[in-house]
Amino acid sequence: MQAMTDKTYPKIYVYRRIVQSKMFIDSHYADPIDLDNISDEAAFSKFHFIRLFKNVYGMTPHTYLKFVRIEKAKEFISTGMPISEACSLVGFESSGSFTTLFKKMVGLTPSAFQIKQLRHKSEIISKPLRFIPNCFAESNGWTN
Amino acid sequence: MISKLSHVSFFVLNQDSAYDFYVNKLGFKVHTDAPMGPGMRWLTVCPPEQPDLEITLMSITEGMMFTAESAKAMRDLVAKGTFGYGVFECRNIYATAEEMKAKGVKFKKEPTKEFYGIEALFADDSGNWFSLGQKGEQ
Repeated sequence: MQAMTDKTYPKIYVYRRIVQSKMFIDSHYADPIDLDNISDEAAFSKFHFIRLFKNVYGMTPHTYLKFVRIEKAKEFISTGMPISEACSLVGFESSGSFTTLFKKMVGLTPSAFQIKQLRHKSEIISKPLRFIPNCFAESNGWTN
Repeated sequence: MISKLSHVSFFVLNQDSAYDFYVNKLGFKVHTDAPMGPGMRWLTVCPPEQPDLEITLMSITEGMMFTAESAKAMRDLVAKGTFGYGVFECRNIYATAEEMKAKGVKFKKEPTKEFYGIEALFADDSGNWFSLGQKGEQ
């Protein structure tokens, strides 16, 4: 499809295409996404697409893809899933590059993050009143 | 001196459905999800960029907080769309509203330029309504 500028369509159609691209990334983060294909689908030139995407979401599509992959990895790892499996499920082929990016974005290694999350979840189940303001706990009849 | 708001409560008709709405449709993060006995659950979520504000999704059930009569009255009022709880901000209101609509969120007012900024109104799955705002133009 021929690439178009945002002056070709009313603003809302431009936003709709950018949103569709963002939602495509949200649902295909595990696949080897080619940003050229996304910009083609959105009917923009690659340069124009990146500029519009960054204007709407505050980051480039590539940075957003990395963000989504790490956010999904955090979800998987928090369930107790093996790190290697989570790494593969979010589209990384190399566990080394995954661990490096994860640590850079989260501030912890995947395994340290997992230990912290599992401990936190276990505490919520065993001692839930530590996480509930007492006024709410009392009004619901939740006591030790 | 009060420094900040840490918890705020939204009364919802069904916590499972509210979880789906706030987490999967609005993109909020689960802060605490604790089962508190049969039919009871402490469920809080946070806007993505506000991890220290816990929004409690409170079910309206007969118990310590509500009598059977007041629970029914409250459920009726929520379902009628009586309560508006607040204003959510976003970077780009047109894109945010488009994505929310694609995910099935109902809008009572499309993004509209007002003298104070751009505003839209949407309702959650229970009937509570919220303003969605963007300050200034992008």
